Amino acid sequence: MAPTSIAFTRDTMLPPELPPSSQRGAVKWVRENLFSGVLNSILTVLALLAVFLIIKASLPWWLNSVWNASSLGECRAIVAASAGEGASGACWAMIRERWHQFIFGFYPRELWWRPTLAFGLLFVALAPVLYSGNARLNTLMVGIVGMVLVVVLFLLGTDMQHIGLVALLMAALTVVARFATAKLIYATLLYPFVGFFLLWGGSIWGPIGVIAGFGIMVLVYTLLQSRLGVVMATSTGFVVACIWWLAVQTTVTTALHSAIPLGLESIDSDQFGGFLLAFTIGVTSICISLPIGILLALGRRSDMFLIKTLCVGFIEFIRGVPLITMLFTASLLLQYFLPPQTNFDLILRVIILVTLFASAYIAEVIRGGLAALPRGQYEAADGLGLDYWQAQRLIIMPQALKISIPGIVSSFIGLFKDTTLVAFVGLMDPLKGVTTIVRADINWKGIYWEPYIFVGAIFFVVCFGMSRYSMYLEKKLKTDHR
Amino acid sequence: MAIASDAPKDFRLSMLIYDTRFRAFTIQVIVLILVLLSAAWLVNNTIVNLAAKDKDIDFGFLSARAGYDIGQALIPYTNDSSHFRAAMVGLVNTLVLAFIGCVFATILGVTAGVLRLSNNWIVARLMTVYVEMFRNIPLLLWIILAYVILSETLPTTADFRKSAALIADGQPPIATMSFGGTVALTNQGLNVPAPFFARGLGFLNIGDLALSLSFLAVAAVVAVSIFVNMRVLRSARVIQEATGDRPVTWWKSLLILLGPVALMCIAMGLSFELPVMGKFNFAGGISIDHAFTAMLVALTLYTGAFIAEAVRAGIQAISRGQSEAAFALGLRPNRTMNLIILPQALRVIIPPLISQWLNLTKNTSLGIAVSYLDLRGTLGGITLNQTGRELECMLLMMLIYLVISLIISSLANMYNASMKLKER
Repeated sequence: MAPTSIAFTRDTMLPPELPPSSQRGAVKWVRENLFSGVLNSILTVLALLAVFLIIKASLPWWLNSVWNASSLGECRAIVAASAGEGASGACWAMIRERWHQFIFGFYPRELWWRPTLAFGLLFVALAPVLYSGNARLNTLMVGIVGMVLVVVLFLLGTDMQHIGLVALLMAALTVVARFATAKLIYATLLYPFVGFFLLWGGSIWGPIGVIAGFGIMVLVYTLLQSRLGVVMATSTGFVVACIWWLAVQTTVTTALHSAIPLGLESIDSDQFGGFLLAFTIGVTSICISLPIGILLALGRRSDMFLIKTLCVGFIEFIRGVPLITMLFTASLLLQYFLPPQTNFDLILRVIILVTLFASAYIAEVIRGGLAALPRGQYEAADGLGLDYWQAQRLIIMPQALKISIPGIVSSFIGLFKDTTLVAFVGLMDPLKGVTTIVRADINWKGIYWEPYIFVGAIFFVVCFGMSRYSMYLEKKLKTDHR
Repeated sequence: MAIASDAPKDFRLSMLIYDTRFRAFTIQVIVLILVLLSAAWLVNNTIVNLAAKDKDIDFGFLSARAGYDIGQALIPYTNDSSHFRAAMVGLVNTLVLAFIGCVFATILGVTAGVLRLSNNWIVARLMTVYVEMFRNIPLLLWIILAYVILSETLPTTADFRKSAALIADGQPPIATMSFGGTVALTNQGLNVPAPFFARGLGFLNIGDLALSLSFLAVAAVVAVSIFVNMRVLRSARVIQEATGDRPVTWWKSLLILLGPVALMCIAMGLSFELPVMGKFNFAGGISIDHAFTAMLVALTLYTGAFIAEAVRAGIQAISRGQSEAAFALGLRPNRTMNLIILPQALRVIIPPLISQWLNLTKNTSLGIAVSYLDLRGTLGGITLNQTGRELECMLLMMLIYLVISLIISSLANMYNASMKLKER
């Protein structure tokens, strides 16, 4: 049979063609993401319209901002002169004149270096917690904080003597972070006392006395541990330390102070205000509420009936009432519940109640994390012969805390936002306290967008930063392969 | 062989701590003693302090004359009423704000949460901006900002009076009423039309509380219509399941839901009383205080952002396989959403949603920032300051908030129990 002749055979591949112009590039993206259907097209148009209207209304206001003026009237005159009658313009001159009240409240101007240094040291204290054991990151963080601190102190107009001292301190800490990274944890442990001393001032012997109490506790524990065992040694140490704090410490520190009067100028709590106050309350409460929350969560899951009942009652009570009622308890009722003539600082009272409030919420978050752990983990810990606290410390908590990171951080964010509520018991928070003072000034009467945008922006940066850090942490700690 | 649970022959005191059989008991006894001691200490302090201030614990002040006015009183109240009545007015204000806020926040939050997952790039971005902005800035700021803007940018009542004269002179007015002259927005409050029935059914008096029978009748008609509509839909479903064809029901539903109510309103002569400029202020209509509006706006926007996150998390928690399986079965996207995704996502969404409602209810206590007289403003505010009975007022207030919270959270628990996956 004769071979059939083939009319045409392609022996080379055609070069690939580009997709049609409607299926590539920007056109494709727009079609897919903005106009993929009737509903989507309507939504896109509406959204674009909304964005356009917002920009149209607010752009001139931003563009006509005034930074140099001494009153709102002057601001408006400048805007009217430059952009024509009837134009709107932001008056940031108010922030320029009053920013220090938003940040420091009525803290004396020549002592601003103290809260600034305390804030900087906070990051040094955080470094070992955030980047445990990583020498490079720790050094980097401490070094950068030190440099920023010196620049900020210079900008705040601090005298050279203090700037020099701070620079020396930060250089020493950087060296520690570089060559003895593990030792930096001692800075973290000391930070509460240093921070307290820097913020409130007073005699240096007070904080040292408190530290001595902890020293006594550790000493008693190490002496007795081999003879009495862990539980008895710890409780004896605690009792001895309590005796020192309650009965002995005041006498000793007073004597020491009269012998060697060392200390910083004492600052009253009513001079605190603005973000200094928000950070003081927020950071303290965050640090203390986490361990209390863990204990409450463990208590709520305990087999012991009495402990479980107490924890459930406490958590449900705190979660059932608004924070404002707790704050009013701090300012109105605490005087009834404490011995007569005890009158301690309002900020301290507020911190205590805010901490209790936050710890109930954190307890619930951690309970969720504990419940999410498979039973096998508990059983495996028991099977290894670990006792309760060993199992919690080595097996349960690392996993449960990892699961609850998003919840814990969002509790922290909520707590930091809630520090604004202290305005209602007479403290000067940045939002209501300071802004009310500024708006009551005859020069700035009638200003409303600017202070709220300024305060809101700072809150946003802090809270958004915290939530992003929690996402980073979640990703870093994620060990399962799903 | 010795069994571990045998009673020890020689009991030593140290076994109370080191023997796990006794340790739980020891710890609980110690805790009990400590708790009782500290409770006794607190009670003793309170008694001593009360004695020192020459006070006692007495709730008799609740029946005394309150003597202050409340702008927004939804149950009858004058300044001659008792402190108890004032507290009840505050409680009603709290509950009304919480209820309306929850409804609006849920609508806004669900919409924003779904839109955030939309394929539409710009809408999804806008919703992200909204959610992040409101979640990361304190609620108090939104409340104060809303209040300040409402009360400082809107025209005064004097402007409205001057405008009347200006219009008479043929000049442009400086303030006009919105929505075709029915709503007056002033710096004092919002004046909106008030509905009333010209041929109403009268009032039912329970104590000094007057219930409008007309409104009750309308509510009853609405309830019956909804019930009948449900029957219609169910019969349509039965027919669909039997034959595969679904009868057209939308016009029936519309007729059943709207017809009777409309007829009823026409029969009773529904009309609106418009706010008109009186001698000094707007008269007629309902005047809504800016405190209420600002609280409602701020609570709705703030809680809406949190609800949006809950909704987004719930929808994302459903594995992709579910929607892929639905597409493979040939379901269209909206049917997939309604029949497959939402029923499963709701199980995840509802618990955080209820906890957001709880938060909103507790956050109504921030009304203090704009002097909204809710429970905290009356019982925990003016009454407390007038009578000086901090202990009693605070205890009562906490108790009431606690009861509200426990009711809401028990609802949540009931829902969780009923929706729990039935497993072995």
